[in-house]
Amino acid sequence: MYDIAIIGAGVIGSAVARELSRYALKIVILERGNDVAVGTTKANSAIVHAGYDAPATSLKGKMNVKGNAMYDEVCQALDVPFKRVGSLVVAQHDEELETLESLLENGKLLGVPGLEILSGDAVAAREPNLNQSIKAALYAPTAGIVEPWELAIAYCENAMDNGVSLKLNFEVKGIDRKAGCFEIHSKDETVTASTVINAAGVYADAVYNMVADSHFTIKPRRGQYYLLDKEANGLVNHVIFPCPSKLGKGILVAPTIDGNVLIGPDSQDLTPFDKEATNTTGDRLQYIRETAAAICEVVPYKLNITTFAGLRAEPSTGDFIIEESMEVKNFINVAGIKSPGLSSAPAIAERVASIYLDINPNTAENPAFNPIRRPRVKFADMTIEAKQEMIEKDPRYGRIICRCEMISEGEIIDAIHRNAGGRTLNGIKRRVRPGAGRCQGGFCGPRVMEILTRELSLKMTDIKQEGLDSYILTGKTKRGDEDDAI
Amino acid sequence: MTQYDIVVIGGGPAGLAAAVEAREQGAKSILVIERDRELGGILQQCIHNGFGLRVFNEELTGPEYAERFIDELEAMAIEYLLDTMVLEITQDRQIIISNSEKGIQIINAKSIVLAMGCRERTRGALAIPGYRPAGVFNAGTAQRYINVEGYMVGKRVVILGSGDIGLIMARRMTLEGAQVLAVAEIMPFSGGLTRNIVQCLDDYNIPLMLSHTITAIKGKDRVEGVVIQKVDQKMQPIPGTEIEYKCDTILLSVGLIPENELSRKAGIAIDPVTNGPVVNSNMETTIPGIFACGNVVHVHDLVDFVTEESRHAGNAAAKYVMDESRSNHKGTVIRTKAEEGVGYIVPQQIDMDSIDGKVALFMRVRNVYHNASLSVKLGGVEIKRVKHRHLAPGEMVRVDIDKQLIKETQAEMTVSVVLEEGRV
Repeated sequence: MYDIAIIGAGVIGSAVARELSRYALKIVILERGNDVAVGTTKANSAIVHAGYDAPATSLKGKMNVKGNAMYDEVCQALDVPFKRVGSLVVAQHDEELETLESLLENGKLLGVPGLEILSGDAVAAREPNLNQSIKAALYAPTAGIVEPWELAIAYCENAMDNGVSLKLNFEVKGIDRKAGCFEIHSKDETVTASTVINAAGVYADAVYNMVADSHFTIKPRRGQYYLLDKEANGLVNHVIFPCPSKLGKGILVAPTIDGNVLIGPDSQDLTPFDKEATNTTGDRLQYIRETAAAICEVVPYKLNITTFAGLRAEPSTGDFIIEESMEVKNFINVAGIKSPGLSSAPAIAERVASIYLDINPNTAENPAFNPIRRPRVKFADMTIEAKQEMIEKDPRYGRIICRCEMISEGEIIDAIHRNAGGRTLNGIKRRVRPGAGRCQGGFCGPRVMEILTRELSLKMTDIKQEGLDSYILTGKTKRGDEDDAI
Repeated sequence: MTQYDIVVIGGGPAGLAAAVEAREQGAKSILVIERDRELGGILQQCIHNGFGLRVFNEELTGPEYAERFIDELEAMAIEYLLDTMVLEITQDRQIIISNSEKGIQIINAKSIVLAMGCRERTRGALAIPGYRPAGVFNAGTAQRYINVEGYMVGKRVVILGSGDIGLIMARRMTLEGAQVLAVAEIMPFSGGLTRNIVQCLDDYNIPLMLSHTITAIKGKDRVEGVVIQKVDQKMQPIPGTEIEYKCDTILLSVGLIPENELSRKAGIAIDPVTNGPVVNSNMETTIPGIFACGNVVHVHDLVDFVTEESRHAGNAAAKYVMDESRSNHKGTVIRTKAEEGVGYIVPQQIDMDSIDGKVALFMRVRNVYHNASLSVKLGGVEIKRVKHRHLAPGEMVRVDIDKQLIKETQAEMTVSVVLEEGRV
């Protein structure tokens, strides 16, 4: 019996788990995927928004500004790269200047620090590759960039370091309310917990429906992206937004923390039945290129390394839903966490913990809690002397597996064996980046598979790209067995 | 710090030929650095035959072709390092390498030969829409899984791109019991060698769909299907021409890109068309003493051509080591320029002092031409015209120019395609 079962190991579920691991609680995270951070968390704009655009009275507005301010400390403790590059909302017509003014006013109301309207010339000086026609921009120095899945993985790992359990491939099929607890069923296992925290992303409504008549629905809103090679690094120095519209913040052009350039997302409301529709489409990709050209005409799409789509969890209420259910005691919904969900994650985690503590005021602290995640070695970024020292300690750091990103075998092995470790090709890619570069795993894929088989005592045919059904190899070749005998 | 006369980066066909030739020309200390666990490069996974007709006058498999050079290398006691990655090359010819045996080492070279080869273009480079399931492989990666690791990658296959690797893999997958449903090619002609179309597709009744491309990939976890559409002259999909194939695997053979991250970081000028270093007729890059050869310079269709080009580079590197004054950037230099119908020319510069007898120009045309000529001009005056019954982008063309035809001049040397009835 667990004190708490958290459904969903995205950035929200993971952040909540880590926050609650400060207390002497038995916690389990139930994740339907074959890894953590494989839903909305793995496909979004990777931006920590400054927080000037949500209505000042909204929960998402408050969470964003507060969450943003917490990022430095959280990322330092968890060893997650984070950079406050600042953002620019650019006005292309005179009528958009008013929008900038109202965003500025709204931001001031919310307490966003350092907001400032820059002239067209000042924008051009900061961003020479943007179109010359830009009239002005709202500059928000506190906006930042982060790798969302890296943050989620780090949260989850640190939560596990502090005693939290994780069950992967646990798709919640039903929840039974029993006296004083919930029975949570997957297709082949049942977990019992006193409290349920529903962080199931686009499925949060379905999960809530298992215990109550849902008073909210979650609609998937799809956004598609281009991701450019590091060779495009420097195209823009800040996160560049157009003026926002009813559909959201618009198509941005942004640097990523790893040095790539991201263009997107569009915004397309799908039906509630399309919660798996993470496919890109030719027409929308075309639309993104055309729309982004209004801000930046010189985006080098020939340097594209991948396109992808993510689903935002768009709630029928229009705002984050972070509360104990009024119908079902001890069931806490953390639902409708669309943008700025990533930016708000640290603040949301705190808020959820305080809701739990209000319900359970006698909760003791976890005396062994350690907020620090063991830093991961980033071989490519080290000085020659540091590299040499590292290899002397562990020669596996001298063997480079991924040449595009210069990732060593030692880093891959470490990523496999940490808590919430990677055990799929994509899982390793998200943790240490082999396959995230320009060859997209063409060269390193077979070698990463070999390391996975060795470290996890698996067969080559056992290795998955992502989910349990995403097998890579279908079997031996006709004479493949003979090689083993040699 | 270790010192070598010549350090060759890459132990594939280009690096091996350059090293062997440099030794034959008298270079003493030579080191070949290879990142894989064996020498031979991609040849080791090319188990089909067809290699060596020009160089050895016989048909060899890839590993056999590689073995001839590896044997020579061993016989000459040329040093090599395996499982070793070059992290950086500097302008003053320092090479920083890493392996698990000795960690980081810094090597000084009098001369460097770049022979890093190329990589495959990926799905991302084409922005193919759809899901991102397992089962989408670059053809060369699939070839490695099958021929080196001994594992099959799928059972029902659609191939995008009719480059040579895709064609070879269509046959290879078929021989391993997979069903290859179609090869789609966005261009109105194939990018592969004619002999490969005949021997790998026609012989197995695999349809080649010209002017077709993939417009959607289906399947969330593993590929479940693919939508192929006909494209118009601007290569835009034509609505209503969608054909869906049920398949579990997609192989991509959509082009190769020279691997020049090290060259770029070293500050070597890169030709935006070839994506390889700008070289002169000695295969010397814009940094004196750094040479380049093989697919790192421009993508070849026959390994025999790689060998010839690399011997030339190895020869020049050896001569440079013995006499640094032989570097280019000194004597008269004539630039080459691709004009109508020609995509690029290598070398980009002809160094008049270093050519003996004749200079070889390598190029690719932009389109398929029948009964056309290649016209070579110097300062606007035609100095050579070569007739071809058939020219295609998939087949590299070599044109030799006698030195005596080249008057020392500041003018450019241009090559263009001329059809019999006039210009293109």
